[in-house]
Amino acid sequence: MSLIVSTAPHVRSSLTTRKIMLNVVVALLPCAAAGIYYFGYRAAIVLAVSMLSAVLSEFIWQKATRQRVKISDCSALVTGLLVGLTVTPTAPWWLVMIGSIFAIIVVKQLFGGIGDNFLNPALAARAVLLASWPARMTAHIAVTAFPGVDIAASATPLVGAEASIMQLLMGNVPGAIGETCKIAIILGFVYLLLTETITFEIPVITVASAFVLSYLLGMDPVTTILSGGLLFGAVFMATDYATSPMHRWARVLYAIGIGCLTVLIRKFGAYPEGVTYAILFMNILTPLLDRMLPNRVYGHSRKKEAK
Amino acid sequence: MHEGNSPARLKKVFTNGLISDNPTFRLVLGTCPTLAVTTSAINGLGMGLAATFVLICSNMVVSALRKVIPDKVRIPAYIVIIATFVTVVQLLLQAYIPSLYESLGLFIPLIVVNCIILARAEAFAGKNPVLASGVDGLGMGLGFTLALTLIGVIREFIGAGTAFGFQVLGSSYEPMLLIVMASGGFLTYGLLLGIINLLTESKKSHRQKEAE
Repeated sequence: MSLIVSTAPHVRSSLTTRKIMLNVVVALLPCAAAGIYYFGYRAAIVLAVSMLSAVLSEFIWQKATRQRVKISDCSALVTGLLVGLTVTPTAPWWLVMIGSIFAIIVVKQLFGGIGDNFLNPALAARAVLLASWPARMTAHIAVTAFPGVDIAASATPLVGAEASIMQLLMGNVPGAIGETCKIAIILGFVYLLLTETITFEIPVITVASAFVLSYLLGMDPVTTILSGGLLFGAVFMATDYATSPMHRWARVLYAIGIGCLTVLIRKFGAYPEGVTYAILFMNILTPLLDRMLPNRVYGHSRKKEAK
Repeated sequence: MHEGNSPARLKKVFTNGLISDNPTFRLVLGTCPTLAVTTSAINGLGMGLAATFVLICSNMVVSALRKVIPDKVRIPAYIVIIATFVTVVQLLLQAYIPSLYESLGLFIPLIVVNCIILARAEAFAGKNPVLASGVDGLGMGLGFTLALTLIGVIREFIGAGTAFGFQVLGSSYEPMLLIVMASGGFLTYGLLLGIINLLTESKKSHRQKEAE
């Protein structure tokens, strides 16, 4: 018999890491399905390779370092799926594989495994891939779901190609596999809210601040929030538990930071898309934000205590 | 530590700098040039040898003058000595290896503020005889060179598919550009530090087990 001694609170919850991660997987399914529908079998291959290599590299690492193998908590599966959804459907298998391995081994396991990573693993991997093979990562193709359209290299709406708001919503525009169909992303967001996997603050404030700032800078605010990976990043990347702040006002500031940085990078930066770097930057600031703006502890005075 | 110039001690001083107190992987000194110039093996080797030359010369001069230099102004005096030899290296490189001079650029004059050199002047040469100081400079310098060349070889191999400028991976290899960028320098250095710590730690614990 094993005797477990633990400190209070002793309330048991049926909510496990595995359940949370499976919720995220379910929420990502519409995005994956839309990606495969629009970009064809290539997208399916990319997703399969990314998930398989993420789970395998976590398994091999935990075996090699003689840790308890925890792939059944599905966090590696989610990371792999996210890596796959943020690359372009034309990405070769080795590129996707390097991305997943980097996310799991370097960003996650080397910093202590699940919950101890200081950057979102999938997003850090995307940044590495983008910096290493820029041409491969931006070789977007036009969608193939429509008859008469063959696979053709194409620019994303962010670099000049015209797209109507309806097209942006439906997702039949060139881009990364998971980021194009906004309706699928919103479906996933609603599912995550209903299952209480995430709260609404971070995604909503991120998108709202991007909307406001782009309006102030004279860009088209609706196109701004519907193009590129802003919605996808705000819903699935910025809300990562380990790399987003815990306290209320810190979360608000974190979300405003992501929205504003994204617009600033898009408007003034050298890259057409800025969501990746905006979220990674705010990930790094997360511990500072939490220290700067902690929640008022119940029972403590409202005024700041004298030092 | 004031044992003078016995051969056994000189050997210990030399291997100390090369391996057990390696400036890059053990003392973690001089990280600025380590990260900045190791984009290729040749650059790493060149930077290491230039620093070695300065280190040997400055160590010996500092040691020779250690009884003359007043304690209160020793740091400015060390810097003047180091800067002298850095100027020598800079002019020599410019005259004889202009390609290396071009690619190292600003980092040659920056050898003046390389903390390995000042640290050895302060920690070793200021307290030890000339020959031992020279050997310490040689050991530390070669340790630095070894580390820089190792990092340079790895980064050049992954980031360009070449080794010392020669194509080793086929033309179908698509280099991982990140590794030759600044962030790649941090990544490579950090991972190497980790691996070396891991290897030496496991050796230590193995020895401890045997002792038990």
